[in-house]
Order: sequence, then C-alpha cells, then structure tokens
Amino acid sequence: MFSYCVDPKTLEGLMWLSCYVTTAKHMSFYSSFLVVMGLLSLAAPLAMAFGFAGATASRSTFRIIRSLGKGYLAMIRGIPDIVFFLFIPIALDQAFEYLRHKILCSDVTEPIRQGNDFVVCAAAKLPLNTASEWVHDIYGFSLALLAFGFVFGAFAGNVLSGAMAAVPKSQIETGEAYGFSQSQIFRRILIPQMWIYALPGLSNLWMILIKATPLLFLLGIEDIVYWAKELGGIKTGVYEYPHPDWRAWYFGVLMIFYLSLTYLSQSVLDKISTRLSQGQATMAGKAG
Amino acid sequence: MSSCFQTLSDYGFRSIGYGERLLPKADITLCEQFVLIGSGMIWNIYFAFLALLLGFFFATVLALGKNSNLSLFNAPCRLFIFIFRGSPLFIQFFFAYDLFVLLPRLGFDINLGFLVVTVETRWLTKAWLGALIVLFFNTSAYAGEIFYGALRAVPSQDLESADAFGFTGIKKFRRIIWPTMLRLAWPSYTNEAIFMFHATTLVFFTGFPAWQQKGDAIYYASYFADKTFNPFVPYPIVGFYFILLTLLIIGLFGLINRRLNKHLPTNERKRLRFNKYNLIR
Repeated sequence: MFSYCVDPKTLEGLMWLSCYVTTAKHMSFYSSFLVVMGLLSLAAPLAMAFGFAGATASRSTFRIIRSLGKGYLAMIRGIPDIVFFLFIPIALDQAFEYLRHKILCSDVTEPIRQGNDFVVCAAAKLPLNTASEWVHDIYGFSLALLAFGFVFGAFAGNVLSGAMAAVPKSQIETGEAYGFSQSQIFRRILIPQMWIYALPGLSNLWMILIKATPLLFLLGIEDIVYWAKELGGIKTGVYEYPHPDWRAWYFGVLMIFYLSLTYLSQSVLDKISTRLSQGQATMAGKAG
Repeated sequence: MSSCFQTLSDYGFRSIGYGERLLPKADITLCEQFVLIGSGMIWNIYFAFLALLLGFFFATVLALGKNSNLSLFNAPCRLFIFIFRGSPLFIQFFFAYDLFVLLPRLGFDINLGFLVVTVETRWLTKAWLGALIVLFFNTSAYAGEIFYGALRAVPSQDLESADAFGFTGIKKFRRIIWPTMLRLAWPSYTNEAIFMFHATTLVFFTGFPAWQQKGDAIYYASYFADKTFNPFVPYPIVGFYFILLTLLIIGLFGLINRRLNKHLPTNERKRLRFNKYNLIR
C-alpha cells in the first residue's frame, strides 16, 4: 500500500502496523464487512416477502394453503435455525441440479443417487465447471440468501400474523358495513393498521437478523469470520508479516463491530417507535 | 430389527465416549443415523440444561443490579447485558475460545474435604466447560433483560401492600417481588429457554473441537450429510428430535406457569403459549 512497505522485515512499530493492516488480504477482510451489509440489506426485504406470504397464507380460506402457511410459521419454533441454514443451501442445490439433469440430459439412464454419490451430467452442474470464480461466489451467496430469507421469513410471518390478529375487530366490521369486499378490507384496513402492532416484533427481528449474519461462515462464504480466522492464526517466519496467535484480537474487532451495529440500530428503532406512537391511542402515544 | 438394537448398544452413548469408537462410514442405515444423532442430543441437553439452571440465578442478580440506583451495581450489570445481547453468540464462542487458548496452562488444587480435585485452565478450551460458560453468560444476559423488564412491571400496589404488612428486605423480595416478577416474565422466559436449546447447536461449529468425534446432534447430522451426500435424511431427524424437545419444554414450563398463576382468579390466568409477535432474542 505505502511505498515503504516493500520490505516489511526491516520495519518496526507503527510503520510495520500500517503496512500490516493494508495488505491485500486485509483489504479482502474489510470488503467482507460489505458482504455482511449486503446480506442484511437483501435478506431483510426477502424475509418480509416470505413472512408476508406465510402470514397471508395462514389466514387463507383454503384449507390446504392455510395449513401450509401455519406449518411454515410453526416449524421455526421447534427446529433450530442452524438446521435450516445447513439444510436449505445443499437441498436447493441438489434440487436445481436434479431438475436440470432431468431436462438437459434426459438420455442418461443411470440413477442420480449412486450409493453415497449424487451424480448429474456435466451440463446440469450448477454453476457449470467452466464458469468463472465470481459466478461460483454469486451462486453460493444466493443460496445463503435464500436460506436467510426462508428462516427469517418464518420469524417475520409469526410477527405479521400476530399483528394482523391484533387489529381491532371493529375496524374490520366497519369496512364490511361500508360494503368493502374481503380483498379491499385486507388492502385498505388490515395492512395499513397492522404495522404499529408489528413494529416491536419486527425491530427485535432486525436485531436477531444482525446477530445471525456471521452464520454465513457455516455456508462456506468468505465472510468476516472466515477472514478473522485466516488472518488471526499464527504466522511463522515464512510469512511476510509473522505474528503469534492474534485470533482473539480479530474476533474482538468483530465483537466491537457487532456491538456498534446493534447499538446504532437500537437507537434508530427507538426513534421510529416514538415517531409512530404519536397520536396512537396507547400509553406511549398519549405521553408524547 | 435386532441389528438396530445392536446399533443402539454400539452408538447409543457414542457422543460421550462409550461404545463403538469408529463411526459408520459406508452403507449408513437409517437406524444408525437415528441412534447417533439421538446420542448427540445428550450434549445439546447437557449444555442447555446447565446453562439455563445456572443462568436463572445469575439473571436474577443481573436484573436486580440493572434495577439498582447505585451505579456501582447498575453499571457493570448494564454493560454485561449489553455486551452479551448486542453481539452474536457465534462470535462470542470464537472470541471466548481464542481467549481461553491464550491463557497459561495452570492447575489449581481444590480441596473438597474428601477429595482433591485439580482444576486446570486447559479445561476452558474444551467444549464441556468453555462453551458451557459462554452459553451460561449468554442466557444470563437475555434472561436478565427479561427479568429486568418484569421487575419494572411489578404493580406498585403489590409493593405498597407488602409495606403495609411490614415486609422488608429479603422477605419482601422473596415473598412479593420475586414471584410476581417470575409470573410476568415466564412467557418470555419460556421462549428464551427454547432458543437456548436451539443455540446449543452452534457449539461444535465454532473453535471448540469435537474431541474424538464426540459431538452434538447437528455435528453427527452434518457428518452424515457429508458422507452420504444426502441432506434429506439427517437434518429432518435433527428437526424431529428438536420438535420433541421443544414440546417437552413447553409442557414443563407450562406446569410451572400454572403454579405461578395459581392465586389468580381463573379468568385472569393466562395459558402459556409461544409468544408470537415479540421474540426477544
């Protein structure tokens, strides 16, 4: 990075440190923080969409859709989220490859599951063996994103269905009295009125989502945990910048990063909650 | 069927080091998956049970400290709760493990009167102690916040009645404040207990090594998923075990909830349900 960094062995003190923290690998470490932010900004709307679909389905008048929706919302209470994080990416990957194999290589008659192997033809591989590195990265990240969307969608679905149930019955009945159709009541009364009830739950969910982002590491993504482990480990004399086991320091940095992220989020969410409570017929609304 | 009993005796306690040493490698049967993953559940229950049991008391202390007017008690409790609630458990595991590794290897003799136990610092780098401590601190912080919220919500009339009857100090706390605090906190605390059981699945994915392949349920599940390349069997098995466990917890905590609400008129009693729209985690 700096011109004096050519021979780090001769450097000492702050100069050594300034070169050390600007190596190419450290730059990858810093950009992996952007991966976390990217995941947060994409997973939150995706989870809301999944959650909205789940909550709406669980109120459906069709029995099959209703039980599907209820099952989706209920499963997250019994099964640890890590199970889904491990299961969904590999299951989706196999499902996609299976479908592509059936379509693209219909002439191959050998079974796909051969003992402990999962064999699809070369054309069905996802991404293709010939694809460049970044395609693999994007594919892996998308699978991880879908897993986050699915898991947090179930959490959000619970929050939203609770909020929908909390909208006063009389408001729905007023809509009916004015001759609104069911979908009009849903769109014009239920959805606008539920947000104030959903807000505390969604705020908590946002905090849970922030604290779930390091699980990207389990999905084989080169995220901040990967780099902290990689950079912090003991570096012997063969490395350019030898140092003892510094993993505790690197994870200390991650702790501080997450603590400031949650602290910042909390203060913003508190402000939003105060703003939205104004004029509501609640204790918080009247106090302001 | 008899071979499944054989598997049960071979692998039933494999996760704590009894029985067959080598894990199944080829021709893995459904029975082997069920037995080994079930064996791993021993660890999940061990971690969550002890962390919750110890954490319950520490959480009460933290809640009282956070509620205290003295900044001597207030500040450290606030800081503790902030640190453990504000950062991911996953990072806490890594951070704690790497700190424990840096500790010098020491041994301390503790005389129990009939037995001298040598406590060694290297135990901290083992999952059974190191991860347990992290989980204990983590659940203490979350439960501490829940208890603190409940403490603030204890009706002032209850306190005034206690004063009128001449209750003071420890007696006032134990007889009046504490039971009401628990009653108010119980639905949220049940959620915390469920999530603590779920959080134990993280232990063996962090720095803590699964020594001699003694791991928890999800450790064996991911082992099978790797070996058979088929995620559709082991992960649903883990899910099945955890659903059973969750139902058990809800049942157990529901019984305690009934006792905590016993004195209320029947129409004011609340049945314990999974708190739908405000997860505190």
